[in-house]
Amino acid sequence: MRAFTTIASTAVPLNAENVDTDQIIPARFLKATSRDGFGKNLFRDWRYENDNESRPRKGFVLNDPAFHGRILLCAKNFGCGSSREHAAWAIKDYGFDVVVSSFFADIFKNNALNNFLLPVTVSESFLNELFKAVESDPSTGVTVDLAAQTITLDKKNGPALSEKFDINPYKKTCLLNGYDDIDYLLSMKDEIAEFENNRITSNI
Amino acid sequence: MPKTLFEKIWDTHVVRTIPDGPSILYIDKHFIHEVTSPQAFKGLEQRGLTVFRPGQVIATADHNVPTLNQHLPIKEELSRIQVDTLQKNCAKFGIELYGLGHPFQGIVHVIGPELGITQPGMTIVCGDSHTSTHGAFGTIAFGIGTSEVEMALATQCLMQHKPKLMRINVEGKLNKGVLSKDIILYIISKISASGATGYALEYAGSAIRSLSMEARMTICNMSIEMGARCGMIAPDETTFHYIKGRPFAPQGGDWDNALARWKTLFTDEGAWFDRELNVESSDIEPMITYGTNPGMGIGISGHIPGMQEIEEREKSSFEKSLHYMGLEAGAGIKGKKVDYVFIGSCTNSRIEDLRMVAAFVKGKQKAADVQVWIVPGSKQVEQQARAEGIDKIFEDAGFLLRQPGCSACLGMNEDKIPAGKYCISTSNRNFEGRQGPNARTFLASPLTAAAAAITGSVSDVRELM
Repeated sequence: MRAFTTIASTAVPLNAENVDTDQIIPARFLKATSRDGFGKNLFRDWRYENDNESRPRKGFVLNDPAFHGRILLCAKNFGCGSSREHAAWAIKDYGFDVVVSSFFADIFKNNALNNFLLPVTVSESFLNELFKAVESDPSTGVTVDLAAQTITLDKKNGPALSEKFDINPYKKTCLLNGYDDIDYLLSMKDEIAEFENNRITSNI
Repeated sequence: MPKTLFEKIWDTHVVRTIPDGPSILYIDKHFIHEVTSPQAFKGLEQRGLTVFRPGQVIATADHNVPTLNQHLPIKEELSRIQVDTLQKNCAKFGIELYGLGHPFQGIVHVIGPELGITQPGMTIVCGDSHTSTHGAFGTIAFGIGTSEVEMALATQCLMQHKPKLMRINVEGKLNKGVLSKDIILYIISKISASGATGYALEYAGSAIRSLSMEARMTICNMSIEMGARCGMIAPDETTFHYIKGRPFAPQGGDWDNALARWKTLFTDEGAWFDRELNVESSDIEPMITYGTNPGMGIGISGHIPGMQEIEEREKSSFEKSLHYMGLEAGAGIKGKKVDYVFIGSCTNSRIEDLRMVAAFVKGKQKAADVQVWIVPGSKQVEQQARAEGIDKIFEDAGFLLRQPGCSACLGMNEDKIPAGKYCISTSNRNFEGRQGPNARTFLASPLTAAAAAITGSVSDVRELM
């Protein structure tokens, strides 16, 4: 499993609130039995007219050659709705390593973390600064330093803006070292079996 | 110290808490279906693992299944492969499967309760966000992603942070024509599609207590639509009566022991909630959504908010949403023509829903240019409906009673709403493209959906009762 390092990149601004996982990857693309290849259908129905790959929708940010990078800027309540982990797979497979928002939906956030896609929660005001800077100049650089828990906007005219972000210390260690939750849980199997035995005897 | 219902269950399921980290939470029942499990099984194979407690895992096929001619092979190849993969995985790892053709097959959140598998005090997970449905029995039940499905299969545990707690009290007698679906659509319209994120919800109050188990499940089902981790209702006599005698319910002495334990599952007087919300039933009329998230709902006699009522930074999302729906800010919604009526999904496909619709439409005829799909939540619901003659009532009204599955809720199987068409739906999500690319969804109760089936347009069911 890949360990998470500092990401310095340009960013792609997706300015829409309440983006649900049905938009990120529509249900009709959930029929695969592997985790690969979901990136090509990321935001499928926002990217193409009438489901037609030769007709990209004008005005949708993924179709704008000015914007690219490993950081996706999103608005409030990103990833709401269905629990499909395919949404996190699609974003990661497309080439993003970080998603930034002022507010993530719960299940999506867990799914992202389990796939080494880092959800960075920032203040509304910092998010506005990010959108403003990136939308006005797509070459604006953004740096996400997980070890220091900082996200920095390299402003072209003026000093860089930086904000600290929260992450659970356990999860941070996992990401920096490339550990999976499942490794931890597997190491506890005896303790889990003992827990089961105690429950049976105490009839809980 | 007084405890909440949530804490009583949580505390008895924590195997260990990592300092500054999550808790290892023991899972009693794990439901799986064909869409979110194949990669989890593949992960187990790659790591050379087995399923730790196969007896606590229950599988069914629901998302991809057709709802007509289920005896024939599934036409769509990828859907068929996914359903076949589930069958192979269940056989290989020793998991009970209620697949197509099995008398217990159905939507995962319908069959768990109706078989008596879902019982008070349990922790329940499934790779599906509507797992919150099972909370109606006084369980901690929540949706998980596929990586977590793999963890639960491998260890019967998950790593979880304890959520904040919110109680929603609904008091008073329900108005005429108002169902539990209207209660939950009303609550979401007040809280918004993100307003309960990070919370576990407990629904309480006299209005909730008065509801049947089916109606309670409808409420808990949509907890996720306001972002909540889970939603729950304390078990009571209604709950115990529902469970008793079901195929997997405890029997004899086990029943007495279980009942004694279940009766301790309530929030103690004076227990702490991070947030409380009070709702008066008398404020609720039949509800309908007009937008593209479940928080965009109004009373049937109300109007869509005008642009001036929307906060500045939300204006572009609001406009985009109305543009998608082909509706105008500030306009009423009553009288809007509908093309499809879908009564089904894990929110409203239980026998009570079908009975209610049948009682309302008996002797009436559907509008000529409307397609009406009634999709039972399970094989058992379908059989019960046929045994009670409900299928005949539907047939006489021009409604089609299909076979069980998730159907037109999610645009994954054959049942899709065509682009640009309007569907009034008893399901849980009105997201863009949810029922098919460019399909437009109005969420409503089974009665409001049935009223539209008769008139051909969005109608106030109270005027037809």
